[in-house]
Amino acid sequence: MKLTPVVCLIVILGLLQSVSLWAQEAQPLQANAAVEVQVERLSTQLRCLVCQNQTIADSHAELAQDLKQEIRAMAAKGMTDQAIIDYLVARYGDFVRYKPPFNPVTSLLWLGPFGLLLAGGFGLFVMLRRRQTMTTDAPLSADEARQVSELLK
Amino acid sequence: MKRGLIPFAIFLVVVGFLFKGLFLDPREVPSPLVGKPTPQFSLPRLDNPATIFSPKEMLGKVWLFNVWASWCGACRDEHPILVELAKTGFVPVIGMDYKDTRPEAQQWLDQGGNPYNLVAVDADGRVGIEYGVYGVPETYVIDKAGMIAYKQIGPVTYDALRDKIIPLVKRLQAQ
Repeated sequence: MKLTPVVCLIVILGLLQSVSLWAQEAQPLQANAAVEVQVERLSTQLRCLVCQNQTIADSHAELAQDLKQEIRAMAAKGMTDQAIIDYLVARYGDFVRYKPPFNPVTSLLWLGPFGLLLAGGFGLFVMLRRRQTMTTDAPLSADEARQVSELLK
Repeated sequence: MKRGLIPFAIFLVVVGFLFKGLFLDPREVPSPLVGKPTPQFSLPRLDNPATIFSPKEMLGKVWLFNVWASWCGACRDEHPILVELAKTGFVPVIGMDYKDTRPEAQQWLDQGGNPYNLVAVDADGRVGIEYGVYGVPETYVIDKAGMIAYKQIGPVTYDALRDKIIPLVKRLQAQ
Protein backbone atom coordinates (compact mmCIF):
# COMPACT_ATOMS: atom_id res chain seq x y z
CA MET A 1 0.00 0.00 0.00
CA LYS A 2 1.30 3.43 -0.95
CA LEU A 3 1.43 6.08 1.70
CA THR A 4 -0.99 8.41 -0.01
CA PRO A 5 -2.56 11.28 1.93
CA VAL A 6 -5.84 9.37 2.02
CA VAL A 7 -4.22 6.34 3.66
CA CYS A 8 -2.48 8.64 6.15
CA LEU A 9 -5.82 10.23 6.97
CA ILE A 10 -7.46 6.85 7.52
CA VAL A 11 -4.60 5.73 9.79
CA ILE A 12 -4.75 8.96 11.80
CA LEU A 13 -8.52 8.75 12.11
CA GLY A 14 -8.19 5.17 13.27
CA LEU A 15 -5.67 6.19 15.93
CA LEU A 16 -7.87 9.05 17.05
CA GLN A 17 -10.78 6.69 17.36
CA SER A 18 -8.83 4.28 19.55
CA VAL A 19 -7.70 7.21 21.71
CA SER A 20 -11.30 8.28 22.16
CA LEU A 21 -12.15 4.68 23.10
CA TRP A 22 -9.63 4.82 25.92
CA ALA A 23 -11.11 8.08 27.06
CA GLN A 24 -14.52 6.48 27.21
CA GLU A 25 -13.24 3.69 29.35
CA ALA A 26 -11.67 6.05 31.85
CA GLN A 27 -14.64 8.37 31.96
CA PRO A 28 -16.66 6.81 34.83
CA LEU A 29 -13.76 7.50 37.18
CA GLN A 30 -14.02 11.21 36.58
CA ALA A 31 -17.79 11.37 36.37
CA ASN A 32 -18.51 12.49 39.89
CA ALA A 33 -15.88 13.45 42.45
CA ALA A 34 -18.18 12.94 45.45
CA VAL A 35 -19.08 9.46 44.27
CA GLU A 36 -15.40 8.66 43.80
CA VAL A 37 -14.61 9.80 47.33
CA GLN A 38 -17.35 7.55 48.65
CA VAL A 39 -16.18 4.60 46.53
CA GLU A 40 -12.63 5.11 47.77
CA ARG A 41 -13.73 5.37 51.39
CA LEU A 42 -15.90 2.24 51.18
CA SER A 43 -13.43 0.16 49.23
CA THR A 44 -10.81 0.64 51.94
CA GLN A 45 -13.31 -0.71 54.49
CA LEU A 46 -14.31 -3.80 52.54
CA ARG A 47 -12.49 -7.05 52.12
CA CYS A 48 -11.68 -8.69 48.83
CA LEU A 49 -12.99 -12.20 49.40
CA VAL A 50 -10.71 -13.73 46.82
CA CYS A 51 -7.45 -12.54 48.37
CA GLN A 52 -8.92 -12.20 51.90
CA ASN A 53 -6.11 -10.13 53.36
CA GLN A 54 -6.53 -7.18 51.04
CA THR A 55 -9.16 -4.54 50.87
CA ILE A 56 -11.14 -4.04 47.69
CA ALA A 57 -9.17 -0.85 47.16
CA ASP A 58 -5.83 -2.68 47.23
CA SER A 59 -6.85 -5.74 45.29
CA HIS A 60 -6.55 -6.26 41.57
CA ALA A 61 -8.66 -9.42 41.65
CA GLU A 62 -11.45 -9.34 39.12
CA LEU A 63 -14.11 -9.71 41.77
CA ALA A 64 -12.72 -6.70 43.63
CA GLN A 65 -12.95 -4.64 40.44
CA ASP A 66 -16.52 -5.82 39.91
CA LEU A 67 -17.47 -4.99 43.47
CA LYS A 68 -15.91 -1.56 43.13
CA GLN A 69 -17.99 -1.02 40.01
CA GLU A 70 -21.06 -2.19 41.91
CA ILE A 71 -20.28 0.18 44.78
CA ARG A 72 -19.79 2.99 42.29
CA ALA A 73 -23.21 2.29 40.76
CA MET A 74 -24.84 2.29 44.20
CA ALA A 75 -23.02 5.45 45.25
CA ALA A 76 -24.14 7.16 42.06
CA LYS A 77 -27.72 6.28 42.99
CA GLY A 78 -27.16 8.24 46.20
CA MET A 79 -27.06 5.30 48.62
CA THR A 80 -25.43 5.96 51.99
CA ASP A 81 -22.27 4.18 53.18
CA GLN A 82 -24.32 2.14 55.60
CA ALA A 83 -26.83 1.06 52.94
CA ILE A 84 -24.02 -0.06 50.62
CA ILE A 85 -22.23 -1.97 53.38
CA ASP A 86 -25.53 -3.62 54.37
CA TYR A 87 -26.08 -4.63 50.75
CA LEU A 88 -22.70 -6.37 50.59
CA VAL A 89 -22.97 -7.93 54.06
CA ALA A 90 -26.34 -9.42 53.07
CA ARG A 91 -24.57 -11.24 50.21
CA TYR A 92 -21.07 -11.95 51.49
CA GLY A 93 -21.53 -11.95 55.26
CA ASP A 94 -19.78 -9.96 57.98
CA PHE A 95 -16.44 -11.21 56.68
CA VAL A 96 -16.62 -8.68 53.85
CA ARG A 97 -16.14 -5.90 56.41
CA TYR A 98 -12.56 -5.26 57.37
CA LYS A 99 -13.68 -4.05 60.78
CA PRO A 100 -15.90 -6.81 62.14
CA PRO A 101 -19.08 -5.71 63.94
CA PHE A 102 -19.54 -6.54 67.61
CA ASN A 103 -21.98 -9.43 68.00
CA PRO A 104 -22.10 -12.73 69.92
CA VAL A 105 -19.97 -14.51 67.30
CA THR A 106 -17.23 -11.87 67.31
CA SER A 107 -17.33 -11.06 71.04
CA LEU A 108 -14.33 -13.29 71.76
CA LEU A 109 -12.43 -11.50 69.00
CA TRP A 110 -13.20 -8.08 70.45
CA LEU A 111 -12.94 -8.87 74.16
CA GLY A 112 -10.32 -11.65 74.05
CA PRO A 113 -7.27 -9.34 73.99
CA PHE A 114 -8.58 -7.35 76.97
CA GLY A 115 -9.28 -10.60 78.79
CA LEU A 116 -5.72 -11.76 78.11
CA LEU A 117 -4.35 -8.40 79.28
CA LEU A 118 -6.34 -8.64 82.52
CA ALA A 119 -5.26 -12.24 83.11
CA GLY A 120 -1.63 -11.30 82.43
CA GLY A 121 -1.81 -8.29 84.75
CA PHE A 122 -3.36 -10.40 87.48
CA GLY A 123 -0.70 -13.08 87.04
CA LEU A 124 2.06 -10.45 87.19
CA PHE A 125 0.53 -8.92 90.33
CA VAL A 126 0.33 -12.28 92.06
CA MET A 127 3.90 -13.17 91.06
CA LEU A 128 5.33 -9.85 92.29
CA ARG A 129 3.48 -10.13 95.58
CA ARG A 130 4.80 -13.63 96.08
CA ARG A 131 8.33 -12.55 95.22
CA GLN A 132 8.12 -9.69 97.72
CA THR A 133 7.32 -12.10 100.55
CA MET A 134 10.03 -14.45 99.30
CA THR A 135 12.77 -11.84 99.41
CA THR A 136 12.03 -10.22 102.79
CA ASP A 137 13.92 -12.54 105.11
CA ALA A 138 17.31 -13.64 103.89
CA PRO A 139 19.65 -12.65 106.71
CA LEU A 140 23.37 -13.05 106.09
CA SER A 141 25.23 -15.60 108.05
CA ALA A 142 28.14 -14.34 110.15
CA ASP A 143 30.54 -15.78 107.60
CA GLU A 144 28.82 -13.99 104.69
CA ALA A 145 28.75 -10.70 106.62
CA ARG A 146 32.50 -10.94 107.14
CA GLN A 147 33.03 -11.65 103.41
CA VAL A 148 30.90 -8.62 102.45
CA SER A 149 32.73 -6.25 104.77
CA GLU A 150 36.06 -7.57 103.43
CA LEU A 151 34.94 -6.92 99.87
CA LEU A 152 33.77 -3.43 100.69
CA LYS A 153 37.02 -2.45 102.35
CA MET B 1 7.26 -28.90 89.57
CA LYS B 2 4.08 -26.96 90.24
CA ARG B 3 5.57 -23.80 88.71
CA GLY B 4 5.95 -25.43 85.32
CA LEU B 5 2.40 -26.71 85.31
CA ILE B 6 0.62 -23.46 84.42
CA PRO B 7 2.80 -22.57 81.41
CA PHE B 8 2.49 -26.16 80.27
CA ALA B 9 -1.30 -25.98 80.53
CA ILE B 10 -1.28 -22.74 78.48
CA PHE B 11 1.00 -24.40 75.96
CA LEU B 12 -1.42 -27.32 75.62
CA VAL B 13 -4.38 -24.97 75.08
CA VAL B 14 -2.48 -23.07 72.37
CA VAL B 15 -1.43 -26.32 70.72
CA GLY B 16 -5.07 -27.42 70.82
CA PHE B 17 -6.22 -24.28 69.01
CA LEU B 18 -3.43 -24.44 66.44
CA PHE B 19 -4.12 -28.11 65.77
CA LYS B 20 -7.79 -27.35 65.14
CA GLY B 21 -6.66 -24.50 62.91
CA LEU B 22 -4.85 -26.93 60.65
CA PHE B 23 -8.18 -28.36 59.52
CA LEU B 24 -10.00 -25.09 58.94
CA ASP B 25 -10.34 -23.76 55.43
CA PRO B 26 -10.08 -19.97 55.50
CA ARG B 27 -11.81 -19.84 52.13
CA GLU B 28 -14.96 -21.24 53.63
CA VAL B 29 -16.78 -18.12 54.67
CA PRO B 30 -20.25 -18.90 56.00
CA SER B 31 -22.82 -17.56 53.58
CA PRO B 32 -25.48 -15.26 54.99
CA LEU B 33 -27.73 -16.41 52.15
CA VAL B 34 -28.37 -19.85 53.64
CA GLY B 35 -31.97 -19.89 54.88
CA LYS B 36 -32.89 -16.96 52.65
CA PRO B 37 -34.84 -16.94 49.37
CA THR B 38 -32.83 -17.29 46.17
CA PRO B 39 -32.03 -13.90 44.65
CA GLN B 40 -34.17 -13.53 41.55
CA PHE B 41 -32.68 -12.94 38.14
CA SER B 42 -33.44 -13.33 34.46
CA LEU B 43 -30.51 -14.50 32.37
CA PRO B 44 -30.24 -15.78 28.80
CA ARG B 45 -29.60 -19.47 28.33
CA LEU B 46 -26.36 -20.76 26.91
CA ASP B 47 -28.00 -23.05 24.35
CA ASN B 48 -30.41 -20.37 23.20
CA PRO B 49 -29.67 -16.72 24.08
CA ALA B 50 -33.23 -15.76 23.14
CA THR B 51 -34.66 -17.85 25.98
CA ILE B 52 -34.51 -16.45 29.48
CA PHE B 53 -34.10 -18.51 32.62
CA SER B 54 -35.35 -17.35 35.99
CA PRO B 55 -35.15 -19.33 39.28
CA LYS B 56 -38.93 -18.94 39.61
CA GLU B 57 -39.29 -21.68 37.01
CA MET B 58 -37.85 -24.18 39.50
CA LEU B 59 -40.37 -23.54 42.28
CA GLY B 60 -41.78 -26.80 43.62
CA LYS B 61 -38.56 -28.71 42.90
CA VAL B 62 -35.41 -29.29 44.87
CA TRP B 63 -32.49 -28.35 42.63
CA LEU B 64 -28.79 -27.61 42.57
CA PHE B 65 -27.49 -24.31 41.30
CA ASN B 66 -23.90 -24.69 40.18
CA VAL B 67 -21.79 -21.64 39.34
CA TRP B 68 -18.97 -22.52 36.96
CA ALA B 69 -16.72 -21.15 34.23
CA SER B 70 -14.55 -22.62 31.52
CA TRP B 71 -11.55 -20.68 32.88
CA CYS B 72 -11.91 -22.19 36.34
CA GLY B 73 -9.43 -24.91 37.22
CA ALA B 74 -11.31 -26.46 40.12
CA CYS B 75 -14.39 -26.78 37.89
CA ARG B 76 -12.41 -29.32 35.88
CA ASP B 77 -12.18 -31.58 38.95
CA GLU B 78 -15.82 -31.11 39.72
CA HIS B 79 -17.26 -31.57 36.28
CA PRO B 80 -17.08 -35.39 35.95
CA ILE B 81 -18.74 -35.73 39.37
CA LEU B 82 -21.60 -33.52 38.25
CA VAL B 83 -21.89 -35.47 35.00
CA GLU B 84 -22.15 -38.68 36.99
CA LEU B 85 -24.73 -37.16 39.34
CA ALA B 86 -26.78 -35.91 36.40
CA LYS B 87 -26.85 -39.40 34.84
CA THR B 88 -28.73 -40.70 37.90
CA GLY B 89 -31.45 -38.10 37.38
CA PHE B 90 -31.57 -37.74 41.16
CA VAL B 91 -31.76 -33.96 41.23
CA PRO B 92 -31.93 -31.29 38.53
CA VAL B 93 -28.75 -29.24 38.18
CA ILE B 94 -28.96 -25.72 36.78
CA GLY B 95 -25.63 -24.20 35.79
CA MET B 96 -24.63 -20.58 35.73
CA ASP B 97 -21.73 -19.77 33.45
CA TYR B 98 -19.92 -17.01 35.33
CA LYS B 99 -17.91 -14.31 33.53
CA ASP B 100 -17.20 -16.50 30.56
CA THR B 101 -17.57 -16.43 26.82
CA ARG B 102 -20.22 -18.47 25.08
CA PRO B 103 -17.95 -20.32 22.63
CA GLU B 104 -15.57 -21.40 25.41
CA ALA B 105 -18.42 -22.47 27.66
CA GLN B 106 -20.06 -24.42 24.83
CA GLN B 107 -16.76 -26.09 23.99
CA TRP B 108 -16.32 -27.07 27.64
CA LEU B 109 -19.72 -28.78 27.67
CA ASP B 110 -19.10 -30.47 24.32
CA GLN B 111 -15.83 -31.90 25.59
CA GLY B 112 -16.61 -32.78 29.21
CA GLY B 113 -20.28 -33.64 28.87
CA ASN B 114 -23.27 -31.58 29.89
CA PRO B 115 -24.61 -32.32 33.37
CA TYR B 116 -26.95 -29.34 33.36
CA ASN B 117 -30.67 -29.26 32.72
CA LEU B 118 -29.88 -25.82 31.41
CA VAL B 119 -27.16 -23.21 31.75
CA ALA B 120 -27.80 -19.52 32.37
CA VAL B 121 -25.13 -17.07 31.24
CA ASP B 122 -23.92 -14.41 33.70
CA ALA B 123 -21.46 -12.72 31.39
CA ASP B 124 -20.65 -9.68 33.55
CA GLY B 125 -20.91 -11.37 36.96
CA ARG B 126 -23.69 -9.14 38.29
CA VAL B 127 -25.90 -12.07 39.28
CA GLY B 128 -22.84 -13.66 40.87
CA ILE B 129 -22.63 -10.68 43.21
CA GLU B 130 -26.31 -11.18 44.14
CA TYR B 131 -25.43 -14.73 45.15
CA GLY B 132 -22.29 -13.73 47.02
CA VAL B 133 -20.08 -15.68 44.62
CA TYR B 134 -16.39 -15.07 45.26
CA GLY B 135 -14.74 -18.25 44.12
CA VAL B 136 -15.88 -20.50 41.34
CA PRO B 137 -17.16 -23.21 41.55
CA GLU B 138 -19.91 -22.70 44.07
CA THR B 139 -23.01 -24.82 44.40
CA TYR B 140 -26.29 -24.01 46.11
CA VAL B 141 -28.94 -26.48 47.21
CA ILE B 142 -32.35 -24.84 46.76
CA ASP B 143 -35.56 -26.26 48.22
CA LYS B 144 -39.09 -26.47 46.83
CA ALA B 145 -40.03 -23.06 48.23
CA GLY B 146 -37.02 -21.46 46.55
CA MET B 147 -34.98 -21.09 49.75
CA ILE B 148 -31.23 -21.64 49.80
CA ALA B 149 -30.62 -24.62 52.07
CA TYR B 150 -26.87 -25.05 51.65
CA LYS B 151 -23.90 -23.55 49.88
CA GLN B 152 -20.88 -25.54 48.80
CA ILE B 153 -17.85 -23.33 48.32
CA GLY B 154 -15.30 -24.89 46.02
CA PRO B 155 -15.78 -28.03 43.97
CA VAL B 156 -18.46 -30.59 44.71
CA THR B 157 -16.55 -33.69 45.79
CA TYR B 158 -17.72 -37.27 46.25
CA ASP B 159 -17.41 -36.73 50.00
CA ALA B 160 -19.51 -33.58 49.94
CA LEU B 161 -22.16 -35.34 47.83
CA ARG B 162 -22.31 -38.39 50.06
CA ASP B 163 -22.13 -36.63 53.43
CA LYS B 164 -23.99 -33.40 52.84
CA ILE B 165 -25.66 -32.75 49.52
CA ILE B 166 -27.43 -36.05 48.79
CA PRO B 167 -28.82 -36.53 52.32
CA LEU B 168 -29.97 -32.90 52.33
CA VAL B 169 -31.65 -33.16 48.92
CA LYS B 170 -33.41 -36.37 50.01
CA ARG B 171 -34.65 -34.65 53.12
CA LEU B 172 -35.85 -31.61 51.20
CA GLN B 173 -37.53 -33.75 48.53
CA ALA B 174 -39.49 -35.58 51.21
CA GLN B 175 -40.84 -32.31 52.59
